[in-house]
Amino acid sequence: MTTLIEVPEAEPGIVAPKSKSKAGGGLGRYIVVRFFLIIPTVFILVTLVFFLMRVIGDPITASQGGRLPPDVLAQRIQEAGYDRPVLVQYFEYLGQLLTGNFGSTITDRRPVVEVLTTFGAATLELTINALIVALAVGIPFGLIAAQHRDKTPDAFLRFFAILCYATPVFFSGLLLKLTFSVWLGWFPVAGRASTRTELTMSGLAAPSGIYWLDALRSGNFAALGDIAAHAVLPAVALGLLTAGVFLRLVRTNVIGTLGKDYVEAGRSRGVSEFRLVTKHAYKPALIPIITVMGLQIALMLGGAILTETTFEWKGLGYQLVQYLNARDFVAVQGIVVLLAIIVAVTNFVVDIIAALIDPRVRY
Amino acid sequence: MSTPQLTRPTQPLFSRLPVISHLKKSVGLQRGMLIVGVVLSGLFILTSIFAPLLAPYGYSQLSDASGSFPTQEAPNSKHLLGTTVGGYDVLSRVIWGSQTAVTVIVVSVAMSLFLGVALGLLSGYFGGWLDRILVVVADAIYAFPTLLLAIVISIVISRGQSSFWGGIFSCAFSITVVFVPQYFRVIRAETIRLKAEPFVESAKVLGASSVRIIGRHIFKNATRTLPLMFTLNASEAILTLAGLGFLGFGIEPTSAAEWGFDLNKALADTSSGIWWTGVFPGIAIVLTVLGLTLVGESINDLNDPRIRGRKRAGRTPTPTTAGTPSNPSEAGKP
Repeated sequence: MTTLIEVPEAEPGIVAPKSKSKAGGGLGRYIVVRFFLIIPTVFILVTLVFFLMRVIGDPITASQGGRLPPDVLAQRIQEAGYDRPVLVQYFEYLGQLLTGNFGSTITDRRPVVEVLTTFGAATLELTINALIVALAVGIPFGLIAAQHRDKTPDAFLRFFAILCYATPVFFSGLLLKLTFSVWLGWFPVAGRASTRTELTMSGLAAPSGIYWLDALRSGNFAALGDIAAHAVLPAVALGLLTAGVFLRLVRTNVIGTLGKDYVEAGRSRGVSEFRLVTKHAYKPALIPIITVMGLQIALMLGGAILTETTFEWKGLGYQLVQYLNARDFVAVQGIVVLLAIIVAVTNFVVDIIAALIDPRVRY
Repeated sequence: MSTPQLTRPTQPLFSRLPVISHLKKSVGLQRGMLIVGVVLSGLFILTSIFAPLLAPYGYSQLSDASGSFPTQEAPNSKHLLGTTVGGYDVLSRVIWGSQTAVTVIVVSVAMSLFLGVALGLLSGYFGGWLDRILVVVADAIYAFPTLLLAIVISIVISRGQSSFWGGIFSCAFSITVVFVPQYFRVIRAETIRLKAEPFVESAKVLGASSVRIIGRHIFKNATRTLPLMFTLNASEAILTLAGLGFLGFGIEPTSAAEWGFDLNKALADTSSGIWWTGVFPGIAIVLTVLGLTLVGESINDLNDPRIRGRKRAGRTPTPTTAGTPSNPSEAGKP
């Protein structure tokens, strides 16, 4: 992302706050204050999810009830400590979270942390791929739409943006699969890689879990090709969802900055319209995009659950659905809490980047 | 807000209605988008109302007088859009699905409107510790992936599967929890802004009670943006409902037709080239969301003077644009 985030050119609106001493120490203070704001956010979500999950009873009855004889069930409930008061369990859970212990899944008895590290990389890979697609589609098209405001390209692109938003990931995924996998046969139907590549990847020493990175490091270009072929359709399906949002944002903001005096001044100096859009109006318009990107990460994680299910992409979202269907609520709780933390931290990082670029954001 | 009425005669109620007044303001491309949106949304609502008349079969009907429906049959004269793997008629389920969608939208948006507006008004007007707590909680929920939250809530309410109204309510309530923070934020911000306006202060000076100030003076002004939020949230509600259904947390096929559920079942069909089971419910979702979003988008653009195209003196961003005369006095609001 860093290549895109450049300090905007001096804009009349962006001036240092009135008292300079405050502005100097402001950033450090802002980062600290903003950092501590993560804690209540995560805390509230953890609390909410914990109590919601307990409303429906203890996790062991939920997943194993009816399958185990009552005495075994009662014994397992007691072993896991689910027969104690909910508040005691809650505080114990909080304590465990602080030490990084997310509990163990009930169905396959794996530590949740292990599940998260195994499948998190796949989700990260999908999200990065999708973000690349979203930016590669959204930003140039947004600029074109802004430059040709209210004319045919703009009308077409705006409609495209709304269409991107209106199409659920699983439907665009289904259409992509149908067209490019089943009818044209260009890309594989589902999965992250073919079975052979997956075996090679898991055989690597200290794999990062992100396949293309592992393939690059081991210099296995045949595997890289296979991985890329598998990655295209899911990345496009999830990326297009966000591309529409980026397109509209870029368009709106560039139109906004195009009306600014300094752009008008550039125009009167004879700067070409193309240069005005790409050089003058584009960079200040990026600030809101960076801010919104934080919220987009949350949207993308939600979309990733659906995309992973559509393409059998074995990541956190796919796994989450498996656990949900197995009624394994300890695993669900662990994954949900982890995602909450990821979202909170991402928003923090995004806010800091926005503050670095635009001093007006700082407290 | 009585001053405009003194200077300008009130227009008839019909032309002051949200969408109608926007239609009058709109021009060119924007008008086209708004009209397309209104038509699509209208079709969607009409389909849902007349579903029992339009649908050739029931949503869970598996046979008729001539015997059981064939499974996975391609579109033909008897089943215009084919049949699913379970032997349901695709066309019927697409039509009945609109009814489910409308019900969920109405229930969820009504609930979140009520809760969000009430909390936003209270929080914004009174401030203090209640405000702080509500803001932190709303922000926490707002930042969270909506689908994930909806899944958790739907597990709690219905443990996954349920009857028609149980399913509707668990979906609607999941969506409500997701939407309340959005309404809350908007209404709270507006309330805080309005609280400082002279007309609120004069009402206070006149001795109006808090209830009266909130109910009469602030409520009417703070809720101007609600038509916009309604249309945008309605489309989001459909997407969330479909997402829940797709993941298997929606409504059982025997209780109601739901597009997301049908798409989930259709996913397995695609690899054998069976396209009609997935494509048609998908198109139904896209057209509905498209219609509602186009209406919402157009209202949003028409409310925003920076974006709105103007009727007479259109301000053109590029000097190359021919046609609409450029009016320097319109050049952006200060």
